[in-house]
Amino acid sequence: MDDAATPDPDAGRPPRRGHDLYDADADGADDSRIVRPYTRTRGRTRSARNDLPLEALVSAVPGATDPVATSERRGILKLAGESMLSIAELSAHLSLPLGVIRVVVGDLADQGLVTVHTGSASSANPANDLKVLESVLDGISAL
Amino acid sequence: MAFPRSDLTAAPARPSQQVPVETMPVAPVTVKIVVAGGFAVGKTTFIGSISDIEPLSTEAAMTEHSLGVDDAGGVTDRKTTTTVAMDFGRIALPGNLWLYLFGTPGQDRFHFMWDDLITGAIGAVVLVDTERLDACFDAVDYFEARQIPFVLAVNCFDGVARHTLDDVRAALAVRPEVPVFYTDARSRQATKQALISLVTLAMARMQP
Repeated sequence: MDDAATPDPDAGRPPRRGHDLYDADADGADDSRIVRPYTRTRGRTRSARNDLPLEALVSAVPGATDPVATSERRGILKLAGESMLSIAELSAHLSLPLGVIRVVVGDLADQGLVTVHTGSASSANPANDLKVLESVLDGISAL
Repeated sequence: MAFPRSDLTAAPARPSQQVPVETMPVAPVTVKIVVAGGFAVGKTTFIGSISDIEPLSTEAAMTEHSLGVDDAGGVTDRKTTTTVAMDFGRIALPGNLWLYLFGTPGQDRFHFMWDDLITGAIGAVVLVDTERLDACFDAVDYFEARQIPFVLAVNCFDGVARHTLDDVRAALAVRPEVPVFYTDARSRQATKQALISLVTLAMARMQP
């Protein structure tokens, strides 16, 4: 990456505040408030589905029962059972890092407990699908 | 005598195996647009001006090395975990489409998250604060280097333009095809126009 060549955008600025960024020290708490992500994922930081897009939608498979039922899995299955939600929304609603959601959703999908929806009818990446972009443009224009 | 062709006889043979339609809604197609720019330039306001949902915040944990001095006076190289937050919103569009708007974390040391955000994105709206033009250099460099469609939306907080669009274009040295326009991050109408400009650009790039 060309980090060295780009000016530091934060040079001379006051410290960042608000929820745009925070760390353990910003609010006077110690490191104990941070849940190490790997404790949620049984030591794994990657899964076969590590590249699940942030906007991939997750829905719980109706009627499926979860033999493991950790709090993360329960949380995801409950939310994704009520409505389809993206990886990013699951992360936000459950206050869990994206990486944790990706790993746990990957597990749940492998076990047939959730369905992950990505892509469009004619393309794995809808942003490369001219028809999808036309619909997006029409849709935004009509807002 | 030939057996009947199975595809003619099999058709009515599956009476009640179908799952009721209401339990299997067709998943919306999801697309995303990235909203970039310096810290406090109005990214979350921009997203909130058009989002169907209150902007949400999601986090990624990251591990960093930090140099420090321990109690015994020695220099330590510790790993610390911090979290990076991104705000995002969602707009439902006709045709079973959901458009997500993701704000970038402001600092360039979080480029690893930008890579994640921009994968599969239509493109980016870079919000420009003319009081701090340098705050968006980073985003402009990033999207130019990766040939990602982007537009420059110059945020006029109080409706007063302090610089002409030509000045902004010259200061940021963007190519002529990059749209540069004024916006008001609080205005749904202005945000809508900014998104239209970006999607139009992305479509033009795809035309043969």
